[in-house]
Formats: sequence, structure tokens, C-alpha cells
Amino acid sequence: MKLVIINYGSGNLHSVHKAFEAVNNNLENPYDIVVTNTPSEILNADKLVLPGVGAFQDCKNSINKIDGLFESLEQVVIGEKKAFMGICVGMQLLAEKSLEFGEFEGFGWIPGEVVKIEAPADYKIPHMGWNEVTFHNHELLNNISQNTDFYFVHSYYFKTKKNENCIATTNYPNPITAAVLKENIFGTQFHPEKSHNNGKQIIINFLKWEPS
Amino acid sequence: MLKKRIIPCLDVDRGRVVKGVNFVDLIDAGDPVEQAKIYNSEGADELCFLDITASSDDRETLFEVVKKTAENCFIPLTVGGGVRTIDDISRLLHHGADKVSINTAAVENIDLVAKAAKKYGSSTIVIAVDAKKTGNKSWNIFTHGGRNPTDINALEYCIEVANLGAGEILLTSMDRDGTKIGFDNELLSTVSSSIDIPVIASGGVGNLEHFVEGVLKGGASALLAASIFHFGEYSIKDVKTYLAEQNIAVRI
Repeated sequence: MKLVIINYGSGNLHSVHKAFEAVNNNLENPYDIVVTNTPSEILNADKLVLPGVGAFQDCKNSINKIDGLFESLEQVVIGEKKAFMGICVGMQLLAEKSLEFGEFEGFGWIPGEVVKIEAPADYKIPHMGWNEVTFHNHELLNNISQNTDFYFVHSYYFKTKKNENCIATTNYPNPITAAVLKENIFGTQFHPEKSHNNGKQIIINFLKWEPS
Repeated sequence: MLKKRIIPCLDVDRGRVVKGVNFVDLIDAGDPVEQAKIYNSEGADELCFLDITASSDDRETLFEVVKKTAENCFIPLTVGGGVRTIDDISRLLHHGADKVSINTAAVENIDLVAKAAKKYGSSTIVIAVDAKKTGNKSWNIFTHGGRNPTDINALEYCIEVANLGAGEILLTSMDRDGTKIGFDNELLSTVSSSIDIPVIASGGVGNLEHFVEGVLKGGASALLAASIFHFGEYSIKDVKTYLAEQNIAVRI
């Protein structure tokens, strides 16, 4: 089985890769983990991970610059329904559009838009640090307790059109989407690769996940 | 609720941890990777490496240390010290740093802040500010590891770099660093109340109460400490337990 981590120059690529490797090495049947942006490799993936930090439009541009990258992703994720996980901006890209520094189109895989966090003046932006997450039960959140802390760093969040696509939230002090899910497509606003043992558990859950 | 972060800081010289008292008198305190692993398992919320290696020839050792740490610690790692160019930032991130802190280079070339934030995202760019009191509610910044004074007002500088896209301010009091008499909470609250981005308190922490004051009086989002952790005076857990007892939200 092949797990592809998409390399489009994202700053957290190395951290994501190392965390997935550390978890994968302890699995009974470890994945063959490949970091790549080559469409032919992506088309052969059984699972995919899209990292992302920085501005929405910069990430989108970086992806668009790589010939055939988005098309191959779309074929595997939308066409073949392979398990997909987006992290931070990699999750926000799933939206229809983002309002960060203008209005930009996303992948449109999950209905909704990326909007600025609205918080009282004494709340610092970016929302940076460890915050509690509450969630709907799902195998992707197995062995995680309600109100577990995960590491967040962001100023915008994914406001999903449908409640059912938002499977986890955090409060700052208003509710903010912490994880999204639609069929085979999963995404976290927090960074599992930086959330210590609970983050590793999310990665384990994703590696074991077989979306129907 | 968002938790107040406790960040142990390791000063690294040629790949070894050293401790700074008023930025001189360095004492060797071990292997950074081993220390990072301990902090990681003890519940540190983030880690910070400050590279104080003087010679650029020896800088390569830092990249190896960062790489090994990132392979073993799954919490955010900030690396600073001698970061001068976009290429320096890129190399540190490539080796596994999550955030890069910039000090002197940002003072000398303020455009670097905007460029770095645009390229890597605000959340990746920490601006380290070494401030020394010059008068009533007035502080100036120092560069080059606290050796060179400037005429730049610390508050005005923090506001400027925040506007340019810095994600966080690591604010060190030169007056308090190494003294163990507590953070300069006046400096912290003056800056923190004037900018939207988080402020990390640094310099002067000597006991558990100082951490509490940094939050309640200083308004800090995160608290950084070096020597009191390295020499085992207090563990991360001691600090967090004490903060929790004072009703300050921490990740336990």
C-alpha cells in the first residue's frame, strides 16, 4: 500500500513526513510512504496527505504551478475515492473559496468557504497554540477523548456549508471548525504532526481508515 | 480554551546546549536532542533553539541538531540565532523547524519580515526582540545577541513588525535576562496590549510565581524559560501544575 504526501514546497512538509514515518514504522503492515509531486506517483496512491502552511492563495498557486498535480489529485480523490487527508491550509483548500487577502477559488470538494476568525479584541490572532477539540464520534477520532488539546496556528477557518461536514470544533471563543469530513475526504485545521501523542493517534486512525 | 504555552529554550553553541546568564558566562548543559526529547515527553508545549554559534563554518552542526530533534519531537520547534536571509529560513524549515525567529536581520532590513511572512506564512515567522529599559515605560531594542544598542523604540518596532506580518513576538528583557527576579511585566503588558499577535515572555523567570505574573500582569500568550528547566530547579510539570492551581489554562 502506498501513501503519498504531496510535495509542493509547503513549510510543514518535513514535519508531516517525519510524524507519518514515526507512526507508520510501528504499524503491522506499514505503508510505503512517498513524498512527491509527480502525477504518475499520485495516480498510484492508496492514500494521500496534503500538508499546507502560509497563505491560501500562495499554496493554491504552488499547486497549480506543478503540471498535472491538481488533475491527478482530483482523479484519485474524487474519481477513485481514495482516502485523503488535508492538514491546515491543506484542509482549507478543500473549500469552494477563501476570503484570505481577496477572494480565491479552492478545490470545491467540500461546500463552504474559508473566512477570518472573528473574536473579541482581547483575543490574539493568529489563533496559536493548544486548544480543546470536541467532536462527533468517528473512527478517525478513535482513542481520543473529548476536549483533548491539539496544536493550532491559523487566522482563517473553514466555515462548512453543511453541519454534517464539520466533525470537530474548537472554541476561540466562538466555535471554529477543527476537522472536516466528506466521504473519503478528511481534513484537520490543527496540526496532528505537532500535537504530540494525540496527534500521532489521529495519524494512526487515518492510516487504518478504510472509507466505504 | 486556548492554553498558555510553556516553552523551554535551549541556547545551542556548535551543537551543544549552553546556558546564558546576561548573555555571557556559558556553561555546557548537554546534548540538545536528548534535552529536547525530555522536554517533549515532560509536556512542553513547544521547544525553542537559539543558536549562538559565532562562526558560520560551525553552523552546519545546527542543521543536524534541528533535523534530529524534528525526527524525535512532535511538538512545534522554533529555531533562531543568526538568521539573516530568506535562504537561512528556508534551510531551517527544510531541516524540520516549524518556526524561525529573526532578530538582528529584521532590525537591519525590515523588509525581510514582510518577505518572510509572505513566503512562509505569518505563523512561521517569529520576531525576537531584545529590549532594555531607557526611561518611564520606554524601552529600546538591542541587536547582535544583546551587544549592540540602537535608538529604536521597542514598542514602535513591535507594532511595525506585527503590521508587516510577523506571527509572534519573542520579547526578551535585557534587564531581567539571567537575573531570576521575574519577567519585565511592564514591558510585556505595554507591548501585548498594543498588538494583536501573541507575545512570548522571556528573560528573568526564577520561580513558579513569575510564570503566573507573566500571564496575569504581563498578558503573555506563552512563557519561555531556559536555565530553571535545564538545571532541574523546576520541571515543566511543576510549572503547569502551579499555573493550573492559579486557574490559568494550561495543557496538562
